[in-house]
Amino acid sequence: MTTPDMIMYEDEYQRIKTIIARLRTESNAKLVFLVDKNGQQIAAHGELENFDATSLASLTAGNVAATDGLAKLIGEKEFSILFHEGERDNIHISIVAQRVILVVIFDSRSSLGLVRLRVKKASFELTEVFEKIVKKISSEKEAGTLDDSPFAEITDEDIDSLFSE
Amino acid sequence: MTFINYASREINCKIVYYGPGLGGKTTNLQYVYDKTAPNAKGKMISLATETDRTLFFDFLPLELGSVRGFKTRFHLYTVPGQVFYDASRKLILKGVDGIIFVADSQSERMDANIESVSNLEQNLKLQGYDLMKIPYALQLNKRDLPNVLSVEDMKKELVRKGEPVLEAVASTGIGVFDTLKAVAKQVLIELKKG
Repeated sequence: MTTPDMIMYEDEYQRIKTIIARLRTESNAKLVFLVDKNGQQIAAHGELENFDATSLASLTAGNVAATDGLAKLIGEKEFSILFHEGERDNIHISIVAQRVILVVIFDSRSSLGLVRLRVKKASFELTEVFEKIVKKISSEKEAGTLDDSPFAEITDEDIDSLFSE
Repeated sequence: MTFINYASREINCKIVYYGPGLGGKTTNLQYVYDKTAPNAKGKMISLATETDRTLFFDFLPLELGSVRGFKTRFHLYTVPGQVFYDASRKLILKGVDGIIFVADSQSERMDANIESVSNLEQNLKLQGYDLMKIPYALQLNKRDLPNVLSVEDMKKELVRKGEPVLEAVASTGIGVFDTLKAVAKQVLIELKKG
């Protein structure tokens, strides 16, 4: 438990950003973002200024967790896609690689069919990236290089200074 | 589960306020929200019933500043305290990095405190965590009320592992930040261990 389960590296982060940027363009969406199942935002692309991304991330994760709970109650493994339809905007939520949540917000310039189609392709690519990250973390663990994280050198003073005011 | 993003140089940690219903978990969060500079906090979200009881969770993102060039963010969550919301509580514990137990000091709420601590232990176990190992602090809230138990009596029943115990009056803010610091520090020390 002391080792973080999720680490994002520069290469993979750039790759993820490229994938979601393309998904946004190809699906004509307003905003595309990726959240982990605990509600931490991983990456986002689109009209960020119009949305509170942190709140969106935490509520999305809560929503997915609650829906997951519902699925288990009726004997399903998961509901892998959630769709919320509004008067103007719609939200399409899907699970990628069993651990991250891909959210697409779109309006009438796009359609559910188009979003589903593009999400499918992007999910496939994102799954590859996350598999790579998992491999990277476990190989670093084996090699013992994970301990070289910058936090190994955090001092008590560093921690205190965070709470100085 | 701390999330370290090397690309954007951020660390995100999740802290959950746990405890019996009407114990002051949301009040703790509300005070932190009220007293934090606007640039260091996001929106506080409360998923509550019409009577202001927490239905699913409250959420408050906090930015503490930088450690070694990494922006440190804490995401604070509360659980619904009422017994019958147990399914929701389990969900919120997912990926938790640190826990603050908010106990109600009134003598008639002691049974509820005890029940809630063991519920916490059980639910943590279900998520694969161990209360003995996770960053944890015990807050004895509502110390200003007339019918409170002594600190010693409460500790005897509620302390699990020599965790920091802090007295508080969340409604006026006494002890609120001290409790948060006590847990946040432990979380960062865990990070240091790697």
